[in-house]
Amino acid sequence: MKISRRRFILSSAVVGGGLAIGYAATRPSGHRIANDTLGEGSARYLTSFLKIDPDNRVTVYVNHSEMGQGSHTALAMMAADELDAAWEQVRIEQAPATDLYAAGDMAIGFAGEFGVPSFLMPLIEASAMKIAQIGNLQTTGGSASIRFTGQLGMRVAGAAAREMLIQCAAVRWGVPADECTTALSYVHHNASGQSLSYGELADAAARLEPPEAPTLKERKQFNIMGKALSRVDIPAKVNGSAFYGLDYKTEDMLFAAIRLAPVFGTKLVSVDATEALERRGVKKVIELEDSVAVVADNYWRAKEALKEVSAEFERSDNDSVSSADIAARFDEELTRSEGSKDFEAGDAEASLTQASEIIEASYRVPYLAHAPMEPMNCTVHIQNGRADVWTSTQDPLAVRGRVASVAGLNERAVTHHPSYLGGGFGRRLPFNWNVIDHATKIAMQFSVPVKTVFSREDDMQQDYYRPAATSNFKAGLDSNGNILAWHNRYTGPIQTPGAAHIPYAVDHQSIRVVDGDTHVPIAAWRSVDHSQQTFFTESFIDELAHRAGTNPFQFRMELLNKHPRHQQVLQVAAEAAGYGRNLPEGRALGIAVQESFGSICAEIAEVSIGSDGKPVVHKVTAAIDCGWVVNPDTAKAQIESGVIFGLTAAMYGEITIKEGRVSQNNFPDYEMVRMATSPEIDVHLIESGASLGGLGEPATPPIAAAVTNAIYILTGQRIRELPLSKHSFRHNSTLAKA
Amino acid sequence: MATLKINGTEYTLDVEPEMPLLWALRDELGLTGTKFGCGVASCGACTVQVNGNPVRSCVMPVSAVQGQEITTIEGLAESTLAHYEPGDLNAVQKAWIDHQVPQCGYCQSGMIMAVSSLLTANPNPSDAEIDASINNVCRCGSYPRVRKAIRAIANA
Ligand code: FES
Ligand code: FES
Repeated sequence: MKISRRRFILSSAVVGGGLAIGYAATRPSGHRIANDTLGEGSARYLTSFLKIDPDNRVTVYVNHSEMGQGSHTALAMMAADELDAAWEQVRIEQAPATDLYAAGDMAIGFAGEFGVPSFLMPLIEASAMKIAQIGNLQTTGGSASIRFTGQLGMRVAGAAAREMLIQCAAVRWGVPADECTTALSYVHHNASGQSLSYGELADAAARLEPPEAPTLKERKQFNIMGKALSRVDIPAKVNGSAFYGLDYKTEDMLFAAIRLAPVFGTKLVSVDATEALERRGVKKVIELEDSVAVVADNYWRAKEALKEVSAEFERSDNDSVSSADIAARFDEELTRSEGSKDFEAGDAEASLTQASEIIEASYRVPYLAHAPMEPMNCTVHIQNGRADVWTSTQDPLAVRGRVASVAGLNERAVTHHPSYLGGGFGRRLPFNWNVIDHATKIAMQFSVPVKTVFSREDDMQQDYYRPAATSNFKAGLDSNGNILAWHNRYTGPIQTPGAAHIPYAVDHQSIRVVDGDTHVPIAAWRSVDHSQQTFFTESFIDELAHRAGTNPFQFRMELLNKHPRHQQVLQVAAEAAGYGRNLPEGRALGIAVQESFGSICAEIAEVSIGSDGKPVVHKVTAAIDCGWVVNPDTAKAQIESGVIFGLTAAMYGEITIKEGRVSQNNFPDYEMVRMATSPEIDVHLIESGASLGGLGEPATPPIAAAVTNAIYILTGQRIRELPLSKHSFRHNSTLAKA
Repeated sequence: MATLKINGTEYTLDVEPEMPLLWALRDELGLTGTKFGCGVASCGACTVQVNGNPVRSCVMPVSAVQGQEITTIEGLAESTLAHYEPGDLNAVQKAWIDHQVPQCGYCQSGMIMAVSSLLTANPNPSDAEIDASINNVCRCGSYPRVRKAIRAIANA
């Protein structure tokens, strides 16, 4: 991905001495969140900061949410390494949800905040401040934290601070700057044997003009990046002290349980809450446009009382819609509509007529819920014309804007208090606003904090789902099994452009998308369109490999001769998984590869069929080329996590629509991979030196096809519809040799 | 009124006898280390120990645990260590750091409580025994590391 940016660095003295470095990068102004929350023409800014205290402590302010990816640690590692800081003296804090406005408005952007770290306040007076126009860089998603904020923000901020500290030391000693070196938060001049700590220099350094383009380290100069350092957030996560949005608690707070219109988009008609209002602890029953909520002094009391509330919702055209109807509508649309072009190459129509054989297949996946472990919740406290918000979010800045607009407040009168996220996976991104909106409207009726909690059932039924989708393939083969033409028509929308494209050398391609909109709300779900598209394309290419009589690994390798990075991940995964070697009786290896979010990931699943006719995934070997690695241990953890997330979807994941609403309720009917079904996972990180790729998402896409491709070898059954729990298998030993 | 003994301290709470222990802990006492995940005894995020045994507190009425020894994640280290100093961790918590088990961390209080109970009862469980007794949901997929950490403790 190429984003042209100009960089601007801000520096300022800190109260009590010390240096603060801020960094801002430009981004294309079309960023959808910026547009949504601010409208055309309004600039918004976000910077990441480094602070150095006189006692030599370094604080890195990170502008991304920590939802388990380890990005707080990795981002701080990037800044600290460029700074040549002593890692043990580095502290990490989450930056407040704030924005810097153009020129003079920046001051207001900060000053209006509550809970701004005091070191930021002097920035408001700084005159030499240069501001960059920037999109909202506070979103955590798209595996982007390390790639963009880290590369373009943290490293630059660290390198700039280091150069300023050197310059100060050189002036003080009367020596040339290029004779000075840095290590472990000290500047040294070896010839004269002098040393000064960063803390001693910070105050003077803060008065310097920051360099416009500081020099970044070469990889061989890294001291901190590339090391498997322990994550800073983990100690709080083993003793119960880690603070999540749901954990906010005050003496006087109230709790809301809510029932939303079960059919998406319908409104509340009437409510009878007589009995509920008599129950212990119940303060109020609130009717909102599409829901009814009970507010009580304990969440359980609110939830129990809500059971006594009878509510009627309006009828709608969608009341009878089922998953089968949606699938039929997709089929009809795919037949009826030419759709619009996603990708075209050569002459796909003409080459089909030259084919000696045409293979067709139709693939299908259901809606999926995010089901993050921490149920959706939001506490809002509105008083004296301002609001305080506690909610685990992938975008604090956007939450601030949303609460402000719902409550009719100025953005600057709203403070979002950061917390860890009990999982995100896309659920906690902007636009998936239901819990935020409802919590704000409910809290507007009180002057104490009100915590609105979605039960797991609410969360399951009121999500913004991974879209259901159907993909119809048609391939033209010559008499040797070579692919002449690749046709794919699938239901949209396209949320991640390119996800349906294939890396394989096929001259004639027609990839088109038709309307897949329904009344079911959708959103990004870990790896977004790659989650379904990779199952589709990597299954169909596997069908063609078997048709050609070539083993699926070899078939892919040959068609990837223009993609050496793809070939390498396949090669590494195949060798590590023992591809081609004898397997235990009744087991087979399935393979799949996908490029997503700047990384290329190959996975090989070792599968058997259990005595109950269900597939058992014994081991997954993953090889990923993400360019280079900031922290190998957190990188591996993300791959393990991505595999299991995708495996859960492949094995069990299904949200079904019945009578217009979601049928599933809770984990018992939206099952998850657990200890007993979790495979051994062997991760291989490949550092090709290409630009940094993402890690949070790229391991999710390949796993479904890797498993179903193995099942084909074991049973001869080609799985074209997920989840696997719908299917039952019989082992076919004659095929297992294939 | 319910009298609960939690982490060695007695609390008298004016709550309904049928209130699940989870909500008494979180909303009445502010002990938020115990997490709400499903409310139906499926995920294990709310696991606490009652007399050392793992219990899913979201479905355990306070009336059923009156007078019993309740341990939450906040009191786990103190309840397992012979010589406890504030900030100390028990063997499971330490192994969780050594093996960098948590991701989002939300399921881990329950996971650690369940594993601590298992290892007290069975210091060297087989894989099948681990699978049978630890069926907590971890949406982040920390399972391979959970297993590794358990193995490391068992072999220590
Ligand atoms: S919250 Fe109790 S088992 Fe899930
Ligand atoms: S660490 Fe996130 S749910 Fe287990």
